[in-house]
Amino acid sequence: MAEKLIFELGRIDREGVSIPPDDLESLNIDELIPEELLRKRDPTLPEVSEVEVIRHYTRLSQLNFCVDTHFYPLGSCTMKYNPRIGEKLSTLEGFTSLHPYEPDELVQGVLKIMFDLGQYLCEIGGFDAITLQPSAGAHGELTGLLIIRAYHETKGRKRSKVIIPDSAHGTNPASCTLAGYKAIEIKSGKDGCIDLKRLQEELDEETAAVMITNPNTLGIFEEEILRIAEITHSVGALLYGDGANLNALMGITRPGDMGFDVLHFNLHKTFAAPHGGGGPGSGPVAVKKELEPFLPVPVIVKKDGKYTLDYNRPLSIGKVKSFYGNLPVIIKAYIYIRMMGAQGLKRVSENAVLNARYVINRLKGAFDLPYNKPPMHEGVLSGKKFREYGVRTLDIAKRLLDYGFHPPTIYFPLIVEEALMIEPTETETKETLDAFIEAMLKIAEEAVKTPELLKSAPHTTPVKRLDEVKAAKELKLRWKEYK
Amino acid sequence: MPFIPHSQIDEREMLSSLGISEKEELFSHIPKEIRLSKELSLPAPLSEIEVEQEIKKISLMNKGVNEYISFLGGGSYNHWIPSTVEYILSRGEIFSPYTPYQPEASQGTLTILFEFQTMMCELFDMEVSNASVYDGASALAEACLMALRITQKEEVIISSAIHPEYRTVVKTYLESAGFKVKEIKFREDGRTDLEALEKALSSDTAAFAIQNPNFFGIIEDIKGIQSLREKTNILLIACVVEPISLGLLTPPGSYKADIAVGEGKSFGIPLNFGGPYLGIFTSKMEYVRNMPGRIVGETTDTEGKRGFVLTLSTREQHIRRAKATSNICTNHNMCAIAATVYLASIGKKGFKKISEMNLKKAHFLARELGKRNIELLFKSPFYNEFAIKVKNPDKVLEAGLERGFLAGLSLKRFYPDLENSLLINVTEVHDTQSLEKFANFLGEIENG
Repeated sequence: MAEKLIFELGRIDREGVSIPPDDLESLNIDELIPEELLRKRDPTLPEVSEVEVIRHYTRLSQLNFCVDTHFYPLGSCTMKYNPRIGEKLSTLEGFTSLHPYEPDELVQGVLKIMFDLGQYLCEIGGFDAITLQPSAGAHGELTGLLIIRAYHETKGRKRSKVIIPDSAHGTNPASCTLAGYKAIEIKSGKDGCIDLKRLQEELDEETAAVMITNPNTLGIFEEEILRIAEITHSVGALLYGDGANLNALMGITRPGDMGFDVLHFNLHKTFAAPHGGGGPGSGPVAVKKELEPFLPVPVIVKKDGKYTLDYNRPLSIGKVKSFYGNLPVIIKAYIYIRMMGAQGLKRVSENAVLNARYVINRLKGAFDLPYNKPPMHEGVLSGKKFREYGVRTLDIAKRLLDYGFHPPTIYFPLIVEEALMIEPTETETKETLDAFIEAMLKIAEEAVKTPELLKSAPHTTPVKRLDEVKAAKELKLRWKEYK
Repeated sequence: MPFIPHSQIDEREMLSSLGISEKEELFSHIPKEIRLSKELSLPAPLSEIEVEQEIKKISLMNKGVNEYISFLGGGSYNHWIPSTVEYILSRGEIFSPYTPYQPEASQGTLTILFEFQTMMCELFDMEVSNASVYDGASALAEACLMALRITQKEEVIISSAIHPEYRTVVKTYLESAGFKVKEIKFREDGRTDLEALEKALSSDTAAFAIQNPNFFGIIEDIKGIQSLREKTNILLIACVVEPISLGLLTPPGSYKADIAVGEGKSFGIPLNFGGPYLGIFTSKMEYVRNMPGRIVGETTDTEGKRGFVLTLSTREQHIRRAKATSNICTNHNMCAIAATVYLASIGKKGFKKISEMNLKKAHFLARELGKRNIELLFKSPFYNEFAIKVKNPDKVLEAGLERGFLAGLSLKRFYPDLENSLLINVTEVHDTQSLEKFANFLGEIENG
């Protein structure tokens, strides 16, 4: 049976959870506020009992694929297991009950966690200073680019463009535009890596930054990274690192040592905080010493064992959100790092790479491997050979749902036709990886023998394939019958 | 090692299938000069029992609204949260998926977001809502950018009675992209100076933005604002930082806002020291293609069954790249779900009751203070927050801590001219006894 919407449940006048009684009945609203300021029609909200609320949202939750129920090898997203201890401890009342404008002396514990996490992230990435304010990776990109802009402006060199490879995440060019820069995309080389010659040609005094991901979105390590940093710096531009793929590098090598000047982290990817079905995440931005003055306010300062929020930073870019950062995500990352330690984080990256290489190695016969370089924590295959059977990568993805696996990222990076981007993460067992490989091999066979089975997939999900074109055409964006 | 399941046998088998014997060889192509030569300098690893003890100890170093009776508001309001919210959010099916890119495997998330969008349209009296953005401040900044896109103009005008941190965020977002932000002062009665606003509007102006109730808790002159909108044809952006007020107060759509944004923290989201909160983003339907962020739409599957998908994606970064309406690629999903479960739980009647309780309790305290000769700073209608005059706000705050109160927010922090004033917030969590107690405390300190 289809699940109804909450508005289709309940009856007029039904009440949900109990509301405390009004002990000020003597006060009359009309005497407190002029009538012209009051709303004329009450908002229509659900009228349901508590049990209806719990059943409705519990049943809805069961319609989702998620890390807790399914292998989720979504490339570039690092869908690793989310430790329960993080869920338990981040919701302690000593954290949830703190108002952002309390005096610093009442919130020393939370400031300590934020300060220490900042130090750990700087050590892991090879940087000198950090802000935990951004709410997501893309938010971090904007913050990092604004820091770069402020840096150039202070030097009196207003620059106009940022160079990115054509394999970059879509957020990269979008963040450039938002920060007031023109995004210049350069074509990747034949090996899927940055083409040094093309980069050299584009680099000039107008270049504010080169924005890259290493390993790149093909999962390939940019081996020329030192040279890239050198030529970038030689024109006075800075090197921005998209930290989406940090899960490949911890304890192995550090972006700061490769020559990156700015890096954003994704605490909801690398540091095991859950993705929440689309946030809240956390996208801290770490910088080298000379960019520190431009960090958003406030910066957490430790002096004589006391932590304070420092707003007195005249060169700061300002703020990218109200208050300080997404605290529960920050606490979860802190807990994760404390539990793993240096050796644990190194083992995370080793096993993330081992798992990806194992899966790609076993699938590269049945699917095409467009760039034959050793993948790091993720690898990109192509399903283009199945086109002649009328099968697209989308069909492969939908068919995987029938086998009980969340599909890999598809059609990204854009430079690979019919791309399938697979990131297993380190938290999966060998049995799970083998079962996924078997399913992919089976689907490759089906694509040739019974392509209709793929094109009509999924067959086992709560709804069959959904008509996205119709959704964009008819634009039903709210429940209409409701008024 | 926690969270990494492989045994040595697993690893050996997998390495040998790759034709290598050591994990080290996985990284042999990384240049030597940048390989870490030593271990990262991090504290020694803790077991789960140790980390639990450590974090509990740290959490006890903090004191908040459980230890003090708090009157702090200023954009973060302390409301009661029904237990249903926490339960639903604690389910792994809710917190452990990714953004719903595969709709057939994400109908739970998508259906809830569709309900969320419907509720926001209802509360704000607007035609369309997205699936949320990061918080109220970034929502306001995105709203200004959206107005600039729609009108192709260069400047927005914002009221200085908008939350100071929101104004900072707006400037951070806009000025780097070369847009101008002009601020309009507020009047002695705490309302935005609409005459000055009208004078400032020009052919370069894309939009003007107001907050209602404003940062001082004052309800703006919405009739005047509406007529300014109708007279000038310059877009109106309304920002609601305390949306519990919408149980009683005129919603943005009713005074003709073109884009209405808000902070949804009050809907079932804990204080959490300022985040994560919930950016509410609504507009008129004609502008939907200029909206930032995720939008969920209804459709059908191949068998005609109703289902939900992310729609109008051609606005977004993963397709439009540098020409996208925003760089945002998530929403604040868990917070949007919290808001949906919150509003479903308290329901139509409960929402109105809570909205009324906030108003009444705040006015009760203001009257009690009046009886003790403590004056309101502004003489205009207010909702659940108001500013009072005090002789020395720092002294009041300090004495408050000793007596168990977080006695409000000193306005001079953001408005140097308002040096002798405190901003006081009251919600449904305050009982009348504690309000009287607080009035007595303030009375003693001001009159004594």
